[in-house]
Amino acid sequence: MSMTIALAGNPNCGKTTLFNELTGSKQHVGNWPGVTVDKKDGVYKKNKEVVILDLPGTYSLSPYSAEEIVARDYIVKDKPDAVIDIVDGTSIERNLYLSLQIMETRIPMVIALNMMDEVEARGDKIDCKKLSEELGVPVVPIVARSGKGLAELMEAAIETARNHQKSERVQLFDDELENVIAGIADLLRGSDPDESWWKAIKLVENDEVVAKTIDSAKMDSIRKLVESANKNAGGDAEAKIADYRYQYIGKIVKECVRKAHRGHVETKSDKMDKVLTNRILALPIFAAVMYVMFACTFSENFLFIEGLPSPGVWLAGIVESVWGLLTDAVVGAVEGVGASEWAVGLVSSCLDGVGAVAGFLPLVLVLFLLLSFLEDSGYMARVAFVMDRIFRHFGLSGRSFIPMLMGFGCSVPALMASRTLESDKDRKITMMITPFMSCGAKLPIYAMFAATLFAEGNHTVIVFSVYMLGIVVAIIGALLLNKFAFKSDTSNFIMELPQYRVPTLKSVLIHAWEKVKGFAIKAGTVIFASTVLIWFLSSFNFSGMCDMEESLLATIGNGIKWIFAPLGWADWRASVGVVTGWIAKENIVATFGQLFGGVSDEVVEAVMAGEEGLPAIGEVFNKVSAYSYMAFNLLCMPCFAAVGAIRREMGSWKWTLRAVGFQMLTAYVVALLINVVGNMIF
Amino acid sequence: MTLRDLKPGQQGVVVSIATTGSMKRRIMDMGITPGVEIKVVKVAPLGDPIEVNVRGYELSLRKEEAQEIEMK
Repeated sequence: MSMTIALAGNPNCGKTTLFNELTGSKQHVGNWPGVTVDKKDGVYKKNKEVVILDLPGTYSLSPYSAEEIVARDYIVKDKPDAVIDIVDGTSIERNLYLSLQIMETRIPMVIALNMMDEVEARGDKIDCKKLSEELGVPVVPIVARSGKGLAELMEAAIETARNHQKSERVQLFDDELENVIAGIADLLRGSDPDESWWKAIKLVENDEVVAKTIDSAKMDSIRKLVESANKNAGGDAEAKIADYRYQYIGKIVKECVRKAHRGHVETKSDKMDKVLTNRILALPIFAAVMYVMFACTFSENFLFIEGLPSPGVWLAGIVESVWGLLTDAVVGAVEGVGASEWAVGLVSSCLDGVGAVAGFLPLVLVLFLLLSFLEDSGYMARVAFVMDRIFRHFGLSGRSFIPMLMGFGCSVPALMASRTLESDKDRKITMMITPFMSCGAKLPIYAMFAATLFAEGNHTVIVFSVYMLGIVVAIIGALLLNKFAFKSDTSNFIMELPQYRVPTLKSVLIHAWEKVKGFAIKAGTVIFASTVLIWFLSSFNFSGMCDMEESLLATIGNGIKWIFAPLGWADWRASVGVVTGWIAKENIVATFGQLFGGVSDEVVEAVMAGEEGLPAIGEVFNKVSAYSYMAFNLLCMPCFAAVGAIRREMGSWKWTLRAVGFQMLTAYVVALLINVVGNMIF
Repeated sequence: MTLRDLKPGQQGVVVSIATTGSMKRRIMDMGITPGVEIKVVKVAPLGDPIEVNVRGYELSLRKEEAQEIEMK
């Protein structure tokens, strides 16, 4: 008989480690519908009939975050055969709070008491048998990192699932409150008394999500009952319920846990934290960590050594040259058998499409090895702690700093790094503004315009000002999105700072691998399809194959150029540049090289490096319209690879299109302002 | 006196939580309920948020949130 066992627990309780230990590398990662929350499942290594599903880490089953809603909807509606609730033995009180809420749903469950090695190292003792008796739920001590106790845990979980053994109903509340809950449950009279009871508790807790599912006729009488509960609880039954849960936990912890020392004992982690978030040292350490992360992924002069590539750049170089050789060989072979020109073009564009995906994989891999290390070690929470003061003004989490910083290297890994943010809203906003950070591929565009149209001494200022423009627009964009698109008042910073732990190699590797695989599959299809489409548009017209000047793309460029007239560059070649820039932004330079006079590849390379100008573009651009064009390409839809990454992370086309729409609109408005104001001044 | 008024190293007992709605819920979900003891550990390098120890673990919260927690 096949069964599903869901893992639930607080963030940082070792849930992911347990999941990895139970399922090995056979995992399937996707998104829960509509939200940027990972959905992971896998098959239990020792019994193929058992599917393990990893629920998002939550502290509670309140309806205030995407994670909480996903976790509780799954438990209440999809009803797994059993839930394994992972409790971190080192902070057992807070962890049991979630356990009590899961017990309220009366789903069959087992508690896995994790981190027992750390508990023992502190000299504390937890009486699992007693705890199990008190809660009426099996309790199994484990050490997820080393795999200790996992066989016993799974045995207990499978047994519980087979017997449909419901967790017991513990009386947490006083008689009056219990009576009110019973009264509401009676009114609801659903087919499932356990569900009615759970809903009744939630209604007393003012749960709007549950309230919406009740028909309004019943809601009136329910409201009266909730009112009376509030009156008995000094005006706030919701608070009283949380209080009762913690009171109950306090009572059983007193009975089941024997601490070696009274009060708080300084751990190794506390000592580390004294240095890492020290008032004076914290910011230099933070800057150093961020520098190392950026440099490892993107730097061409790693550790300031001229010409030494970083691991990310080195790997990307290898992938690129291997792919280049492969492409040449295949195209050569296709030409060799005498295939027609369009067939050769199709093959080489398909290979380019796949190559475009492959070239990003090393960057994603290296960045995520480092990010997983930071996340699992507990330092990521401190990043938010240190940066919150600055980022809260933009309505973002301190953790947004990482995706935004990485955006200066490449938007693709940067967008994927947004997954480290805590809230769905922060993740979405950060993804929408991260491409405004000017990535490495946009630099050649600025170099071309600077060398062609601006005086020698102004080049640095021009390029620097475009970078600053991106940052300023990102900040304004975040503020506007917060105010108008995401009207939520739930911005708070009440966050756990977990103990520092040495990450396990296995967890870091699995996480990085998941990211690489996810990008290759989900984003890969988007990139591949769009690269081939643009190739087709730029090499064909209705009578067959042709040069870009006569292609469908040129026709489209001519057709849409009027849109850009207010921005100062109503020219078909400029419009075509925007489109080819979506394959990769530096393509704009090559496209201009071809369309403005057909210069050689060597000249294009010199232009990209800013060593030479492309005088012919002076026909279309002056200083103001050039700046408007740079700003537009900085801010408009990023390359297809980045759109693919947005699609992968957002998990929905609707949100992907919203993000791209927001970026296009922003680009248009900013470029328009530059053109209008620029022409007034110059 | 609120949690905001405590200096690093000082501790107190929670009397009540002034705010309402999701913030109150979040504060309570994280274990800050009336009667619990809280010790302030440190202030972030830029002066805000603060780090406290409650129920045996470390929690960070902003000063404006700490202000909503009445202490004795």
